[in-house]
Amino acid sequence: MPGVPTAWFLLLGAILFTIGAVGVLVRRNVLIVLMCVELMLNAVNLTFVALSRELSSLTGQIFVFFVIVVAAVEVAVGLAILVELNRLRQTADVDEVSELKG
Amino acid sequence: MIPESLQSLLFWVVATVAVLSAGGVVLNRNAIYSALSLLVNFTMLAVLYLLLNAQFIAMVQVIVYAGAVVVLFVFVEMLLGATGRIQVTGWLTPRLIVAAVAGFLLLSTVGSVVYESAIGGMRGNVTPEVLARAGVVQVLGITLYTDYLLAVQLAGVLMLVGLVGALQLGQQWQRGRPSSLPGSPARSPSAAAESTGRGNTPMRENGG
Amino acid sequence: MLHAIWVVIALPLAGVLLNGLLGRHLGRAFVSIVGVGVVGAAFALGAWSMADLAALPEAQRTLTLTLWDWITIGNLQVPLALRADALSLWMVLVVSGVGFLIHLYSVGYMQHEDARMFARFFAYLNLFVASMLLLVLADNYLLLYVGWELVGACSYLLIGFWFHKRDEEQAPVALLDGTQVALPPNLNPADAGKKAFIVNRIGDFGFALGVFLIWSTFGTLNFSAVFDAAPQAPAAVLTAITLLLFMGAVGKSAQLPLSVWLPDAMAGPTPVSALIHAATMVTAGVYMVARSHVLYDLAPGSALVVALVGGITALYAAAVALVQVDLKRILAYSTISQLGYMFVAVGVGAYAAGLFHLTTHAFFKALLFLAAGSVMHALHEVIDIRRMGGLRRKMPLTWLTFLIGALALAGFPLTAGFFSKDEILLKAFVFSPWLWALGLATALLTAFYTFRALFVAFTGQPRDWPLYEKAHESPAIMTLPLAVLAILALLGGVLGLPAVLGAPNLIAEWLAPVFGAHGAAAKHEVSVAMEWLLLGISAAVALAGIALAYWFYVVRTDIPARLAVALRPAFTFLANKCYLDDGYDAVCVQGGRQLAQWLAQGLDKAAIDGIIDGGARLLARGGARLTQFEDGHIPHYALGMFVGALLLVIYLVIR
Repeated sequence: MPGVPTAWFLLLGAILFTIGAVGVLVRRNVLIVLMCVELMLNAVNLTFVALSRELSSLTGQIFVFFVIVVAAVEVAVGLAILVELNRLRQTADVDEVSELKG
Repeated sequence: MIPESLQSLLFWVVATVAVLSAGGVVLNRNAIYSALSLLVNFTMLAVLYLLLNAQFIAMVQVIVYAGAVVVLFVFVEMLLGATGRIQVTGWLTPRLIVAAVAGFLLLSTVGSVVYESAIGGMRGNVTPEVLARAGVVQVLGITLYTDYLLAVQLAGVLMLVGLVGALQLGQQWQRGRPSSLPGSPARSPSAAAESTGRGNTPMRENGG
Repeated sequence: MLHAIWVVIALPLAGVLLNGLLGRHLGRAFVSIVGVGVVGAAFALGAWSMADLAALPEAQRTLTLTLWDWITIGNLQVPLALRADALSLWMVLVVSGVGFLIHLYSVGYMQHEDARMFARFFAYLNLFVASMLLLVLADNYLLLYVGWELVGACSYLLIGFWFHKRDEEQAPVALLDGTQVALPPNLNPADAGKKAFIVNRIGDFGFALGVFLIWSTFGTLNFSAVFDAAPQAPAAVLTAITLLLFMGAVGKSAQLPLSVWLPDAMAGPTPVSALIHAATMVTAGVYMVARSHVLYDLAPGSALVVALVGGITALYAAAVALVQVDLKRILAYSTISQLGYMFVAVGVGAYAAGLFHLTTHAFFKALLFLAAGSVMHALHEVIDIRRMGGLRRKMPLTWLTFLIGALALAGFPLTAGFFSKDEILLKAFVFSPWLWALGLATALLTAFYTFRALFVAFTGQPRDWPLYEKAHESPAIMTLPLAVLAILALLGGVLGLPAVLGAPNLIAEWLAPVFGAHGAAAKHEVSVAMEWLLLGISAAVALAGIALAYWFYVVRTDIPARLAVALRPAFTFLANKCYLDDGYDAVCVQGGRQLAQWLAQGLDKAAIDGIIDGGARLLARGGARLTQFEDGHIPHYALGMFVGALLLVIYLVIR
C-alpha cells in the first residue's frame, strides 16, 4: 500500500484520544470538557478513515459521516444545557454541580 | 499524486501540529484559546483526511466542525464570560495523577496493539482506483442513499430533535410566556442580569 | 495390716474432713483429739505393717496394693496402686511418727488462735500428712507426682496461714565502725507461700517432663516395670530422665538454684516449719532419688550432678547461715545445707546412708524448730537472736532440748547426727576425696553456726531485759514432744552404727531388699584404720566448730564484731543471701514484667490491634472512596467510565 503507513494514523488517533480523555477527567471548566470530548470523537474519526483506506471499504467513511452529525447535534444540545446551568447556578465549574446525585 | 516522501513529511508536520494543538486545548487556561487550538486541530485533521483520500470527509470536517462547532463554542464562551477571573487551585491533584496514569495505560495498551498487530477485518472493494475513476462524492452518496438510507433518515430526525431541544433549553420566560429576547427578565431579576452576556460569572479553572 | 496399708492415708484424710467441715463448731478439744489422733493411729498402723513386712522373707518384702483402675487410656495404664516395701514403710514411720509429735506440739503452740483458725490449721496439717504418705506409698510415678503436688499445695496453704501479716523489717546490723549493713526484710506469709509454690513449680516442670519421658521410653509409669526395663534403655535417655526428675527434687528440696523459697517459708507457723520444711516435705526429693536409684545407678553422669549440687548447696547454705540474725532462718539454711548432704549421699550411691541422715535430720531438726518455737512462744514472736540472751535460766527444758538438737546437728560424737553424717562423709570419701573435703568444711561451718545461735540465744546476759522478764517455759504439751525428739536425737544413732564398731547397720540391712548391695555399709572399700581415722576427723571437726563458736560468742564476744568490719564485703554478701533473691528479681520478675509490658503494649496493642484497626480503617476509607463514584460529581463519573473502558480494552488486548 503506497503512502503513509496506516499504523501511524492509528497511533496518532490513539494519542489524540488519550489527550482528550485526560482533558475530560482533569479540567473543571465545562466548556473545555466539551471541547475535549470533541477531540476524542475526532480521534475516533481519524481512526475510522484510516482503516477505511486500509481495508478499501467505504464503511469507515460513512461511519465518520454519521459521527460528525451526531457530534454536531450533541454540541448544540450540550451547550444549551450549559447555558441553562449557568443561568441557574451562576457557575460553569464541573466540580460545583452535583445535580445528578442520587 | 503527491510523491511518497513528501506525503510522509506532510504527515509528520501535520501530526505534530495536531498533537500540539490538542495539548493546547487541554492545557489552556483561557477557554477562547482552547477553542482556537481546537480549530487548528480540526484543520490538521482535515489535511490528514485528504492524505487518506477521503476528500468528502475532509470537507465535511471543515464545514461542520471547524465552521459550526467551534463557532458555537466561541459564542457560548462569549455568552458566559471567559476572559476573567481565574482561580488557581493547584495543578498537582490526586485526580490529575490518576488521570495521567490511566491515560498512560490506555495509550500504551492501544499503542502496542496498533503497532504490532496486523489489521484484520472484511476487505471491501473500493480501492483508490475505483474512487479515482468515479469520484468519492459520487460513490459515497450512492452508498449512503442505498445501503444506509435508514440511517440517513434517522440522522435527519436526530438533528430535528436536537434543534428543538436546543431551542427549548435556550428559551427564557417572561410574564408566563416564553421569550427569547435578550435582556428580558427571566425567572428572577438577578438571573436576568446574568444572562445579558455581560459575562461576569466567574469561571473557576484548574490552576494551570 | 499390710494389706490395708491404704488406711494410713485414709485416716488423716478423715481428719481433714472432720476438722475442716465441723471443727470450728466442735471446739478445740475435739479438733485436737481428731487431728493428733489420726496421725498417731497412722503411725501405729504403719508400725504394725512394718512388723508384718518384717515377718516376710527378705526376697518377698514388696507388696503392691491396687486400689482401683485410675487411668486406662489406650496404652496409658495408671492404676491407683500403693507399694509397701522397706523404703516406703520406713518413710511412713518417719513421716507419721515425727508428724504425730509435731501435731501434739501444735495443740499448745496454736492455743491462742480462734476456733476457726485452729480447726483450719489441723485440717491443713492432716491434709499434708495424708499427701506425704501418698507420695511415699505410691507405686507409680504419676501417683507420686500427685502426692508431690499435693504437698506443695499444702505447703502453700500452711506457709500463708497468717496471710494477713505484712512484711517484717529486719533491723540493720550496726558495725563497729559506725556503719550499718542493711538486711533484707522478711517476706510476708502470703507472698512467701506464693514464692514457695512458684519456685516449686519450676522444679515440678522438670519433673513432669521427666515423667513424660519415662512414659514415652518405657510405656509405663509403674516403678517395678520401669526399673526392670531400665537397663535396656539408651544411656542418653536415662541421663535425661534422671536429670529432669532431679530438677523436681531441686525445687522440692530447696537446693541451688531453687533454694530461695525455704528461708522465706519461715513466715509460717513454727510447727509447719518443723514438719514440712525440716522433716518431711523437703525430704521428698531425697526419697524420690532413692526410689529411682535403679535409674541413677545407670546414669552416673546424673548421679554426679546430684552429688555436686548437694555438696555445693550444703556449703553455700552453711556460709549464709553464719551471719543470719533470725533464729528460724538459721535453721532454714541449716536444713538446706543438710539436705545437700543427703543428696551427696544418694548421688554417690549411698542410698541407705542418705535415708539414715534423712531420719536423724528429721529428729534433730524438728527438735530444733520446735524448741525455737517454744522460745518464740515465750518471747511473743520475737525471733531476732540479737534480742535474746540468757534464756537457759528461764526455759531450762527448752534449753536442754535445744542443746541436744544442736549437738546432733553439729555432729557431736555419739549423737544420731554424728553417725549419719559420718556415714555420708565416709561414702563421699570413697567416691572422691574432694567431695569429702567439701562435706567436711560444711560440717565445720555447721557446728559453728549452730552453736553461735545457741550461745547467743541461751547463754550470757539478756540483751533485751523487758523481753527477758516475760519469758517463761512452755506448757507440757509442747515440751513433751521436745523431750521425745531429744531422746531420739541422742539415741537414734543406733539405727546405723558404722561397721567398724562391729554393730549391725540396722537401717542398711532393713533397706537392703530395696537397694541391694548399695544400701549396706558392709562393703569395706576403705581399710579399717582409714575408717577410724575419718571417724576421728569428723568428731574433731565437730568439736572444733563448737569450740570456735564458744570462743567467739562466750569468751571473746568482740571478735565477731571486729571480723564483720574487717571482712565487710563478705559479710554483706552473705547477709544478703549471696544476692540470689535479687538475681531472681532482676531476671525473672523484672524481666517478666518487661516482657508482659512489651506484649501488652507493643505486641497486643500496637501490632495486633493495629492490624485489626488498620483493617477497619482501610475498609472505612475504601468505602468512602468508592461512594465518590455515586455522589453526583461529574468528574468522578467520567473517571469511572474511563477506568471501566480502560479495563475492558486491557482485557481485550491481553486476550
